[in-house]
Amino acid sequence: MLLAEQLHWPIVDTWTITRRNLLRYVRLPRLLVFSSIQPVMFLLLFNYVFGGALGASTAAAGGQYINYLLPGILIQIVMFGGVQTGIGLAEDMGKGIIDRFRSLPMSRLAVIAGRTLADVLRNVVVVGILLIVGTLLGFHFQAGFGNALAMVGIAVLFGFTLSWVFACIGLAVRDTETAQLAGFLFIFPLVFASSVFVPVQTMPTWLQPFVKNQPITQVVNAARHFALGTPANGAVWKALLWCFVILAACMPIALWLYKRRTA
Amino acid sequence: MSNAFEAKGVVKHFGKVTALDGLSLKAEQGTVFGLLGPNGAGKTTLVRMLSTLLVPDKGTVKVLGIDAVRNSQRVREVIGLAGQYAAVDEFQTGYENIYMTGRLYRLSAQEAKRRAQELLERFELTEAANRPVRTYSGGMQRRLDLCASLIGRPKILFLDEPTNGLDPKTRIDLWNIIRELVSEGTSILLTTQYLEEADELANRIAVIDQGKVIAEGTSIQLKAQLGGDMVEFVLEKDADRPAALRAVRRFASKQPAFDETGLTISVPVTNHAKSLAGIAGALDRSRIRVSSFSLHQPSLDDVFLSLTGAATKDTNQNPQRETSHAAR
Repeated sequence: MLLAEQLHWPIVDTWTITRRNLLRYVRLPRLLVFSSIQPVMFLLLFNYVFGGALGASTAAAGGQYINYLLPGILIQIVMFGGVQTGIGLAEDMGKGIIDRFRSLPMSRLAVIAGRTLADVLRNVVVVGILLIVGTLLGFHFQAGFGNALAMVGIAVLFGFTLSWVFACIGLAVRDTETAQLAGFLFIFPLVFASSVFVPVQTMPTWLQPFVKNQPITQVVNAARHFALGTPANGAVWKALLWCFVILAACMPIALWLYKRRTA
Repeated sequence: MSNAFEAKGVVKHFGKVTALDGLSLKAEQGTVFGLLGPNGAGKTTLVRMLSTLLVPDKGTVKVLGIDAVRNSQRVREVIGLAGQYAAVDEFQTGYENIYMTGRLYRLSAQEAKRRAQELLERFELTEAANRPVRTYSGGMQRRLDLCASLIGRPKILFLDEPTNGLDPKTRIDLWNIIRELVSEGTSILLTTQYLEEADELANRIAVIDQGKVIAEGTSIQLKAQLGGDMVEFVLEKDADRPAALRAVRRFASKQPAFDETGLTISVPVTNHAKSLAGIAGALDRSRIRVSSFSLHQPSLDDVFLSLTGAATKDTNQNPQRETSHAAR
């Protein structure tokens, strides 16, 4: 059988599920409104509360904290968006609908892929909103249009990658509250012990090796490189490698957790 | 022709709980097979295995001769499942739910659309088709769920307590739909706690309790296990008892019995039409006055009660049973 034929139905299945998940935002617009307000709030809070104190230490990034902050906030926000993947899947697992899906001749992976794709599309919308608000606050892309696109691309790719991590959490815990708590428990140390908000050099020396090498710092540095033209120092390929490794590990785990047949 | 479904020596444990304990069952195609049992008997576990949602710890499960563990994907192509809870998406409209399921059954977009409209019409949901499902009543959600389970034209339909919690009218509507489906050639496995439902719909019935089949047969066969029909009458005077017993003896298939009041007499009979008239005539000729006179046919309820020792939801439906049990 040709590869295209083999892929036809899994792709249709994935799109069918993606559509189902997106319809939720159409039917419950307030969900999209509130999931956009939160990131904007973060951006405003960090910019105005910490901007004064942190502006000096991030002067390298064009002198304004907003320029340093925005790429970081984008990465934080796509991660928060990923938590929704876990919550959504945990919610589905607790309902009869998942039994229906599992009794259908559809692709097993499509239920999870359709969820992560819907969350990617939502992330694109949220990233767009943040860029507009950021521009109003004085943010400028400093490395041209192509690099600006590359920054959006890496943010969205990382969001997609993290969606698969949270998919595993959601499928493993199977209830929405635990999925949310576990999700944030996983996120907070990684987001704060990274270069999202402040330069790594300002952190204690014992912490720096972890911070410098963890994926979020690499991804944020790559995003900053694309946005501001700062030196990448290998961050771009390291970020891509992290995404690839995490996806390669989480996709089969998520599929296994989904297929796991217990009551 | 292969069986509609077949379970052989199926064992399933959930931790320390044994849900199925060496259960074996099979059903012919084109029939309704009723699975009767109290809560926790293992009905749902068996349905989940047949619909590829669970794998047995031991034993084999086949649907249309296809192994449900090794060839689960092929089994999914021929089955439909309507579980205990409506498996529909509350944010989508009725139509969107059915269309989505059709696409996931891998119908073409056109066919899914056509079939969705057809089914919504058949289940009288056309008017509500474009409303989000969360505005539906419980009965409407159940009907929609059944639509979804039918869109792939399943050869075998699993209905897990389909009428649980439905009002009487919706229940009877569903029964009619089930009869229609069978007449079109669909095989159905129906689990229920309602004896009346199994009696109405099922060609064969298996009673299961604690993960085992404790009786199997047609509704008539199961009832016959209880010793058939019984003529019951209540004497006005205690003193008439010896005369009454003498008078009815030749119509009885077994020894007639009376309860502890001594007034209610039960006469086991085989040919009830003839015996009914005969006993009435004999009592009349002996000038014995009775305050009530009836033919009691054991219900599936009696079968169930005597097999499991557990009360069911319908226990109070049949007030005669109390006396007939005492009489035996």
